[in-house]
Amino acid sequence: MSAHKICTVDDLIPDSGVCALVRVNGLEEQVALFYLPHTEQKVFAINNWDPLGRANVLSRGIVGNIGDELVVASPLYKQHFSLLTGKCLEEDAAVKTYPATLEGDDIMLMA
Amino acid sequence: MSKLKVVVVGNGMVGHHYVETLAKSDVDADICVIGGETRPAYDRVHLSEVFDGKDPSDLGLTTREYYEGLGVDAHFGDFVAKIDRESKKVVTEGGQEFDYDKLVLATGSYPFVPPIPGHDQAHCLAYRTIDDLAEIKASAKGKKVGVVVGGGLLGLECANALKNLGLEAHVVEFAPGLMGVQLDDGGSQMLRRKIEALGVQVHTSKATEKITQGDTHRLKMEFADETELETDMIVFSAGIRPYDQLARDADLKVGERGGIEIDYQCKTSDENIFAVGECAVLGNFIYGLVAPGYRMAEAAVSQLTSDKTSFTGADMSTKLKLLGVDVGSIGDSKGNSDGALGFVFSDEREDVYKRLNVSADGKKVLGATLVGDCDDYDTLLQYYLNEIDLPENPESLILPASDGAVPALGADALPMTASICSCHNVSKGDIVEAIDGGCTTVADVKGCTKAATGCGGCAALLKNVVDFELGARGLEVNTDICEHFKHTRQDLFTIVQSTQIKSFDELIDKHGSGSGCDICKPAVASILASLWNEHVLESDLVPLQDTNDTFMANMQKDGTYSVVPRVPGGEILPDQLIVLGEVAKRYSLYSKITGGQRVDLFGARMNDLPEIWSALIDAGFETGHAYAKALRTVKSCVGSTWCRYGVQDSVGQAIDLENRYKGLRTPHKLKMGVSGCTRECAEAQSKDVGVIATESGWNLYVCGNGGMKPRHADLFATDLDTPTMIKYIDRFLMFYVRTADRLQRTSTWLENLEGGLEYLQDVIINDSLGIASELEKQMQHVVDTYQCEWKTAINDQDKLKRFRQFVNSDKEDEAVLFVEERGQIRPATDAEKKRTQFKAVS
Ligand code: SRM
Ligand SMILES: Cc1cc2nc3c(=O)[nH]c(=O)nc-3n(C[C@H](O)[C@H](O)[C@H](O)COP(=O)(O)OP(=O)(O)OC[C@H]3O[C@@H](n4cnc5c(N)ncnc54)[C@H](O)[C@@H]3O)c2cc1C
Ligand code: SF4
Ligand code: FES
Repeated sequence: MSAHKICTVDDLIPDSGVCALVRVNGLEEQVALFYLPHTEQKVFAINNWDPLGRANVLSRGIVGNIGDELVVASPLYKQHFSLLTGKCLEEDAAVKTYPATLEGDDIMLMA
Repeated sequence: MSKLKVVVVGNGMVGHHYVETLAKSDVDADICVIGGETRPAYDRVHLSEVFDGKDPSDLGLTTREYYEGLGVDAHFGDFVAKIDRESKKVVTEGGQEFDYDKLVLATGSYPFVPPIPGHDQAHCLAYRTIDDLAEIKASAKGKKVGVVVGGGLLGLECANALKNLGLEAHVVEFAPGLMGVQLDDGGSQMLRRKIEALGVQVHTSKATEKITQGDTHRLKMEFADETELETDMIVFSAGIRPYDQLARDADLKVGERGGIEIDYQCKTSDENIFAVGECAVLGNFIYGLVAPGYRMAEAAVSQLTSDKTSFTGADMSTKLKLLGVDVGSIGDSKGNSDGALGFVFSDEREDVYKRLNVSADGKKVLGATLVGDCDDYDTLLQYYLNEIDLPENPESLILPASDGAVPALGADALPMTASICSCHNVSKGDIVEAIDGGCTTVADVKGCTKAATGCGGCAALLKNVVDFELGARGLEVNTDICEHFKHTRQDLFTIVQSTQIKSFDELIDKHGSGSGCDICKPAVASILASLWNEHVLESDLVPLQDTNDTFMANMQKDGTYSVVPRVPGGEILPDQLIVLGEVAKRYSLYSKITGGQRVDLFGARMNDLPEIWSALIDAGFETGHAYAKALRTVKSCVGSTWCRYGVQDSVGQAIDLENRYKGLRTPHKLKMGVSGCTRECAEAQSKDVGVIATESGWNLYVCGNGGMKPRHADLFATDLDTPTMIKYIDRFLMFYVRTADRLQRTSTWLENLEGGLEYLQDVIINDSLGIASELEKQMQHVVDTYQCEWKTAINDQDKLKRFRQFVNSDKEDEAVLFVEERGQIRPATDAEKKRTQFKAVS
């Protein structure tokens, strides 16, 4: 694992998601980046692939909370995925998560 | 006198119900229960949910601690081996002895495994207990094929479970059809079609002769017709047999085909021994469902009290959802009773089959079979159970909804004695009592009466009754939009309007909690748009929008988008057609004429959308809002300009209407139609707003709907001149925007509007609420502030910032792949994608 600079905070959309391409172990992975300026952690990263809708779309979902869980709703069939654990709330499915941080204006990702 | 000693053998669903009922009764008894399984009673009915990820412990009906609390002496993991009737005691395999005054046998049944040579090898399994599930799971691991022997209710459920485990699932049935016990031939055939369509392979009329070692898989099944089938595991579900050995050894009377014989009091041939549940046989009949088992347990307990009741048989109607296929069976489902008259409806396009059996005089329901569509189940069951008199034309109960259809039995039409939940024997009266006792939600009523906590089949009906009863008492049914706002959409609309709030953040700060979700955010975005009409991509609105609104295009299954320019009234210039063709070719988009008289271009990558729209806008197109809950299209017929029957210019009127209301965001999408004469070629009566030309003006129709639940529009006003009609439509639409729920089309809105059409006419035409001019003003604001969202966006770099597949790369999404079909692209299937990737590597 190493820290990558992915982009700057300017590339992000507050309270919403964008997607970045990150090289992990020689393979490219699509990472959905969510910028929630009102939370302590600020930046959350999960894989962009929706295992239920079977398409790279999670960065384009609506973010919010269900109970205590910060989630994104898949834009395809609206299942919720936890931004912290990647677990799907409705079905037995999960997506990979990545530790992400905001350092100055830079978005750093461990992958 | 010493306390009565009651010993219960078996701690399954019914044994547990007996123990609990007795412990809570006023009988002063020492209760001892001995269960053969290692765990306390659990919900067998929902066993298969463990395959969907449910934890086995979630199925528990009781715990050791709970029994302790009730003062029940419970022992698990030890089978009773012997009953000594002389000295009134039982002995377990482990050597424990228990004295009884009254003994209750609740030993249930076990799966029948036909004595086929080879049936007893590894990976030949059963499906009845939690332990069985663990074995099935272990056996399936990393394997490909699974066979279920038996095409009954449980067999099909098991096939579904195997499919969910990722196996290629087969069902092998000895009889010629599936679910032969419940379904007639027609229903059984329809079920088969549906199940095969889901990828489960069905083999009927197959007798298995032996099971041997397989060549490519673990096992080989050899059939009497000399065919073979290889598989990695076999699950037997070929019927159940009562656990009655204990009773046989003790010389209790057993039925001809097994089962411990009982009378109406659930007593066996020994007056100190009762039998309840699936091990018992009453009049040669075994009741293999939980509800009758529970009734037996209650009847048996009552024998120890002064208030004795009997068990005289029970309703065996069932509804189930197998592999996503609805199947329902009520009473005499096949119509075998004397003089039964049958009505059959079969729709091979939608794969729906329904059979209704009525008495010779046509007055009562005897039974019914439903495959593919169980919407009528609740209503038919109520007719059956409560012996309600049938309407003149009983067939209307199973025919698809049309004008002459008899409406579903409403909650108010049911008598107080109507049984709502047969699992827990809860009547409408019990529910009313619970509500009078303080329950205010469906969840409360469930907790208090246990209704809908058994098989769950009655949940929809329960909700109807509860909602109706709460409504009748003037109590609020919980209509909060979601966990973040304790308000309805209507409340939120009023709050936003009266406080002039312009952003979601402010609204949730002042009137909600948490950070919002995919329910409230788009709903609030829609309210803000209806009222203030700002651009969808304003930075504080963007996070609220569904992806379709964010990218002003409809997301398709592979993550690409579709592009639908507006074609008002369906009228289009030849040059515009040419541009559509050119753009489609340049960006290799799939083109299709939509059902809304315009053209849809599919397969656009998100990053190409701005360029595609620039080209379209240059040619004079505007956004068609196909992505928005907003006005979609105004469909027109060619009208008096060309048509020999037309009496008004329907195309001109449609274009004017479309241009007036385009961009109006509404609780759900909105469609209109204008026809040039009563022949109605524009199908205006199936639209939210329909206009039909008359000799002297226009007839206005409202609240029609196509889609899932079609509804003919109601005639609202006749022979209007154009300005009056526009005025009415302005008011009508704004009143809908104000008062509808989220995602409620005008049709359901009207159906739920108290006072109905007359009230609506009063508000709109007679201005009974005194809000008409305000509604018109609001509409005028929306009309005056219209902008083509795409045109604004392509001229604003900030709004386009998001149209990048990756923030840090110009690459494209490699998971998006197309193949050619009939000269155009379409998304590749998963299998095709795998092949392409393989090629790319090799
Ligand atoms: C493209 C089109 C089918 C076609 O190839 O012809 C279509 C396509 C979709 N329809 Fe439709 N409907 C289309 C005409 C219709 C019609 C016919 C009509 O409008 O005359 C109906 C029935 C009339 C009605 O709405 O009352 C129709 C009833 C639905 C419904 C059911 C609505 C209901 O009240 O029951 C849905 C689901 C929903 O909106 O919740 C739906 C939803 C959809 C969605 C948005 C499903 C989705 O979420 O992906 C489809 C995506 C469109 C896209 O990607 O561009 N579509 N849909 C038609 C576009 C018309 C247009 O030019 O805008
Ligand atoms: C997969 C599946 C799905 C089902 N779906 C439905 C449905 O949707 N609706 C419905 O109404 N019904 C359904 N059923 C049937 C329902 O589960 C049974 O009708 C119900 O469980 C019968 O309860 P019971 O207590 O009589 O028997 P069981 O629940 O079988 O309990 C009997 C218990 O007694 C124990 N026992 C046996 N002999 C001894 C002994 N000598 N000493 C000690 N213990 C002993 C057994 O190990 C068992 O634990 C389903 C059954 C299965 C297997
Ligand atoms: S509705 Fe009337 S005007 Fe329109 S095409 Fe049909 S006949 Fe002609
Ligand atoms: S009928 Fe089974 S839970 Fe109500």
